[in-house]
Amino acid sequence: MIPLEHVIGLSAILFLIGTIGALTRRNLIVILMSIELMLNAANLAFVGFARAWGEQDGQLFVLMVIVVAACEVAVGLGILIALFRNRETVNVEDMSLLKW
Amino acid sequence: MSASELFFYGAGALAVVSALGMVANVRNTVAAAMCLVVTMISLAVVFVVLEAHLVAALQIMVYAGAIVVVFLFVVMLLNLRRDTFEPPRQRLLKAAGTVLTLGLAVVFLSLIPTSLPTVREIPEGFGGYRAVGAELFTRFVLPFEVTSLLILAAVVGAVVLAKRRLD
Repeated sequence: MIPLEHVIGLSAILFLIGTIGALTRRNLIVILMSIELMLNAANLAFVGFARAWGEQDGQLFVLMVIVVAACEVAVGLGILIALFRNRETVNVEDMSLLKW
Repeated sequence: MSASELFFYGAGALAVVSALGMVANVRNTVAAAMCLVVTMISLAVVFVVLEAHLVAALQIMVYAGAIVVVFLFVVMLLNLRRDTFEPPRQRLLKAAGTVLTLGLAVVFLSLIPTSLPTVREIPEGFGGYRAVGAELFTRFVLPFEVTSLLILAAVVGAVVLAKRRLD
C-alpha cells in the first residue's frame, strides 16, 4: 500500500521539473514537452487520489486530460511548423513580437 | 518491502531522473524526446501500482505511442537534431524563472499533508476497462461526447495551421 503523500510528492516533483523546463528552456519543442510533463504530473495526482478514496472519477478525469494533451500537441506543433516556416527558428527569444 | 512498493519507488525514481534528463538536455532534442518516453512509461508502471490499469494502457498508447512520435516527426521535419542557439540574451529572466520555480517548490512541498485518508479495500475490477468504461458511458457520457468535438476542432486546426497555403 503506497501512502498517498508519496504519490502526491512524486507528482509535485515532476510538475516542478516541468515548470523549470517550461520557464528556462528556449527550444519551443522542449517547452511543449515540459508542458506535457506537467499534465502528466497532474494525471498522477488524479490517479493517486482516485486510489486513495476508492472512487474512479479521478481516472475518468485523467482520460479527459489525455485527450486534451493530444489535442494540445497537435495544435501546438501545427503552430510551431507555421512559425518555423516564417521565422526559420524554434528559439522562443526570436518569437517575442507579442511580448510586452 | 512489497513488490508494489518496489515498483512504485523504482519507477518513480526513473521518472524523475529521465524528466531531469529531458529538461537538462540542452544539445540534442531527439534525446530529450527519448527521455520523455522513459518518463511516460515509468509513469504507466506507477499507474498500474495505483490500480489504474486502463489509464496505464492509454498512457503508453497515447503518450508514448502517439504524442512523442509526433514530437519526433516534427524534430525530423524541421531537421533540428542539434540546438545551435547563441548564448542567452536574457539571463535575468532565466534566473527569475528558476527562483520562481524554487519558490513554487517550497510552497508545494510544504502543502503536502502528512496523513491523508486512504481506503484500503477497493471494489473488484477497480480501474479496469469494464468498470471505467461503464462509468464513461453512463455518468460521464456528456464530457465523452464533447471530447469528440474537441478532437475534431484540434484536427481541423492542426491541418489549417500546418498547411502551406489554403486554397
